[in-house]
Amino acid sequence: MREYLEKNYLNEETTIKSWLLTLDHKRIGLMYLFAIMFFFAIGGFLALFIRLELLTPIGGDILDKDTYNVFYTLHGAIMIFMFIIPSVPAAMGNLILPVMLGTKDVAFPRLNLASWYVYVVGSSIGIFSIVSGGVDTGWTFYTPYSSSTDTAVISMTFAVLVLGFSSIFTGINFIVTVHKMRAPGITWFKMPLFIWSLYATALIQILATPVIAVTMLLLIMERTFQVGIFDPAMGGDPVLFQHFFWFYSHPAVYIMILPGMGIISEIISVFSKKKIFGYKFIAGSSMAIALFGFLVWGHHMFTAESEFAALVFSIITYLTALPSGVKIFNWLATLYKGKISFEAPMLYAINFLLLFAIGGLTGIFLGTLSVDVMLHDTYFVVAHFHYVMMGGTVIAFLGGLHYWWPKIWGRMYSEKWARVSAILIFFGFNLTFIPQFIMGSLGMPRRYWQYDGMLNTELFHFYHTLSTVGSWMIALSFIIMLIYLVHSIKNGKVAGSNPWGALTLEWQTPSPTPAHNFLEEPKITHGPYAYDEVEAERTID
Amino acid sequence: MFLNATEQTAWLPQQASTIASEVDALFYFIYYWTLFFLGLVTFCTFYFGWKYKNNGKKGLTSSVDHSTLLEVTWTAIPFVLVMIVFFWGAGSYIKMNVIPYGAMEVNVTAQKWSWNFKYKEGFSNPRELVVPVNTPIKLVMESQDVLHSFYVPEFRVKMDIIPNRYMMTWFEATKTGEFDIMCTEYCGSSHSEMLGKVIVKSQSDYNEWLEKANVIDESIPLVEVGRTAYKRYACNTCHSIDGTSGTGPSLKGIWGTMAEHESTAALLVDENYIRESILNPQKDIVKGYPYGNMPTFKGLIRGREIEGLIEYIKEIK
Amino acid sequence: MSTEKTKYFQHHFVDPDQQYESSKLGMWAFLVTEVLTFAGFFCAYAIFRAWNPDMFINAHKALDVVMGGTNTVVLITSSLTMALAIRYIQINNSRAALINLVLTLIFAGTFLVIKYFEYEHKFHCGHLPGALYNPHIAPDCVAIEGNNPHVFFSIYFMMTGLHGIHVIAGMALIVWLIIRTIKGHFTPAYYTPVEMVGLFWHLVDLIWIFLFPLLYLIG
Repeated sequence: MREYLEKNYLNEETTIKSWLLTLDHKRIGLMYLFAIMFFFAIGGFLALFIRLELLTPIGGDILDKDTYNVFYTLHGAIMIFMFIIPSVPAAMGNLILPVMLGTKDVAFPRLNLASWYVYVVGSSIGIFSIVSGGVDTGWTFYTPYSSSTDTAVISMTFAVLVLGFSSIFTGINFIVTVHKMRAPGITWFKMPLFIWSLYATALIQILATPVIAVTMLLLIMERTFQVGIFDPAMGGDPVLFQHFFWFYSHPAVYIMILPGMGIISEIISVFSKKKIFGYKFIAGSSMAIALFGFLVWGHHMFTAESEFAALVFSIITYLTALPSGVKIFNWLATLYKGKISFEAPMLYAINFLLLFAIGGLTGIFLGTLSVDVMLHDTYFVVAHFHYVMMGGTVIAFLGGLHYWWPKIWGRMYSEKWARVSAILIFFGFNLTFIPQFIMGSLGMPRRYWQYDGMLNTELFHFYHTLSTVGSWMIALSFIIMLIYLVHSIKNGKVAGSNPWGALTLEWQTPSPTPAHNFLEEPKITHGPYAYDEVEAERTID
Repeated sequence: MFLNATEQTAWLPQQASTIASEVDALFYFIYYWTLFFLGLVTFCTFYFGWKYKNNGKKGLTSSVDHSTLLEVTWTAIPFVLVMIVFFWGAGSYIKMNVIPYGAMEVNVTAQKWSWNFKYKEGFSNPRELVVPVNTPIKLVMESQDVLHSFYVPEFRVKMDIIPNRYMMTWFEATKTGEFDIMCTEYCGSSHSEMLGKVIVKSQSDYNEWLEKANVIDESIPLVEVGRTAYKRYACNTCHSIDGTSGTGPSLKGIWGTMAEHESTAALLVDENYIRESILNPQKDIVKGYPYGNMPTFKGLIRGREIEGLIEYIKEIK
Repeated sequence: MSTEKTKYFQHHFVDPDQQYESSKLGMWAFLVTEVLTFAGFFCAYAIFRAWNPDMFINAHKALDVVMGGTNTVVLITSSLTMALAIRYIQINNSRAALINLVLTLIFAGTFLVIKYFEYEHKFHCGHLPGALYNPHIAPDCVAIEGNNPHVFFSIYFMMTGLHGIHVIAGMALIVWLIIRTIKGHFTPAYYTPVEMVGLFWHLVDLIWIFLFPLLYLIG
């Protein structure tokens, strides 16, 4: 229907209590959305300060060295644990997954609410850590520096431990929902690919997250009781910490990217009005990535571990990269003979294709043993992971945000300003990070407050300046985005149930979504991408 | 172009070691294939976007939704490419890790936040690793405290240094000159100031240097020796000379004053005090500074350098 | 559908069977996370054992096999009574089920009491983790040779401690079940919570069955 649904999940009940004690997955998703955007802003501000400091080779213009070290640590820890890991699954997944499956809620709504509150508690402990002076170990907490420094390591690692449970609860919920609660007619191979990606992610969440919980616990024990696990002076091994840490943190990056890739599958199909190409291969590649992701943690440690281990991890790393390539080719094939339109979500999908391609391809450099010896711990690595995490996940997240915005709020944002923002972010992002690739291969180490006194200081000064200007462009695009999105909540054009003419179930119900998702039992008469059989009416002109 | 780059290029530093050219060759192999695939993705995206633009006409789209042949092709070709890259990279990597028999050994000590190089001849050289050209050099590295990493971009060599064990790597410099050593594993406050230099000399220059290396020219005034030692032993990373407190107390104006301590009595800052503080820093910690931060320089610093530092400190009023 | 089955029916599910199936899958998924958690510790155990084989052999003698063995029997029996409780509900014998739940609770408590005495002995002998390791020479205290003996006790306390926390959590859940059984919430048509807690309890037992030989028995 074309109208704005008057009685929907947003206003079904309006008391504060109805929000604080909600069991509605959509309200929980919305609360997550606000929280993660808040932390993204904090992480972003930290990044802006870091880039400001790096405008000049000599440290100290904006931040003294200890503050700088705290800033880059917090930038990483906040962005990873409080923003990106929950971003697509907990915010978008909660808002959309049950509706896409034609069901009323997730399997365990109370567990879902618990997951939200555990996230709140974990983040609060993190905030406590920040205001106690923060941590200066890098988000990787490598020992023995982290077991001996006098910054707020215990509270931050404890925060990570608690946040891990939030992730685990979401994972359990999604696995059971996908297995048991699909509407009749939605078989495994008739599920939208976004669901496949969330499912694969949930598997990683429940298998990997306990390991980071144990690792953080062991680090806390090490600091409190000097148990002697990671401290060489007490009979322990710092490399053991790295193994434990990366055993989670590598699969964690697949928790970050897989749901984003799921969003891209949806957007590309809808905005080319074409059946997704290679459905089974895309679904299968998500599962393959989830599996292989557990086998490559050692590629973060090539310069610290045995040569044999390095050989094994390197070869498996390449195998892990191949499924991602398969997805990109399948998405391109989906565009072929489609009917392509370029609204904001599609601009983000295009952004993703290009930026994630760069990110993934530069991973090949890093997975290659001899070349990695040169590039490890330089800005090349920093650029690589920003391309995959930000150019990949964040861009996909923004695409999803713009795609599902009319479903969440019942209104459309300004298409013109959305396009401005999407294009600005593309240029700003490349300007920020391409110079970092170059600096890295030329020898600029990471986590450096100061880069004076090196052979290439002048050249690095030039590239760092470009990078900082790029960061301002990114900041500007987010400010523009904030303005038009917030403005649209009350003033946007009414979207109706299906502004994009899409075929997945969430668009067959009014916008904003009704409290119990559907007003009448959803009937599944076609697959989610059947643009060769069905033409869905757009509810907006 | 990339097989013997004597100069720095847009992407890579000059090649100054025997392994550099093969590492660079592989780098560029990956680089050009990266450009190719990126170009392919960009082209398809924009070409299809233009050719299949939605012109507003109603109608359904194609039913073609899979092609096993395509899937196999675009899996197999990248697979072959990555396997080539793997074996090539592994080959070079093994060379980078197998130390040639008879290499000249230098011990490297890394600590927060300085490098020290100890030669078999029995002396140590702070901050500067002086080596002869065209000679394999074996580095036996240890850390006094936390993780560090030894990195020389022009040699394409990097190795993490893990406390409580020896880490070993090697290189053979092919050019004379000076090259940066940088620490590339975060190690605390002054991580970005933990710089050193590799000075590659011709064999004859190196022999000449070796003869004089352990001996400090008697004609250099003590104050100068002290001023140089202050920088070379990285005292500056913890002790300022302008009054600002850092990881350690400032050296400005301390000579002849009474220094307050954590657990022992106040002591006069005289020659003995300076000497004790350098050789046995854990004995009397100045009040207000964290325990255990200053490493000992026993065995690393030379007698005349201590005398020089004493004179230097006297000068900083 | 009978009213018993629908009394605890949650309406986001299509029917009570879907609810039951979901609960089971959810609990199994949660148990997988528990296995991974302890797996991390088992890994640490294996690594430190490999690095200090002699010390581990010496140190394990400081553990009381009798107490550990008794605890093993206690826990296995508690798993039996837990399973019986479920069985009795299935055949509509709430009273027997209640007795078995209470027995399970008592056995769990016994486990903790024996654990208490074990820990107390460790404190007495100074066999403590990490920096607290401070061995006393006493007739009832085993002297431990080998390097880094504090590592053994770090691992011992962390693993048995975490396991003990799970026993306590299990006890809380069993108390909850007892209260609900007394109130008559469970019938042959609906006993999902009992079964789910049972699954959890069996895992807690299973983890101990691995811990016991690795820490107490291997010489």
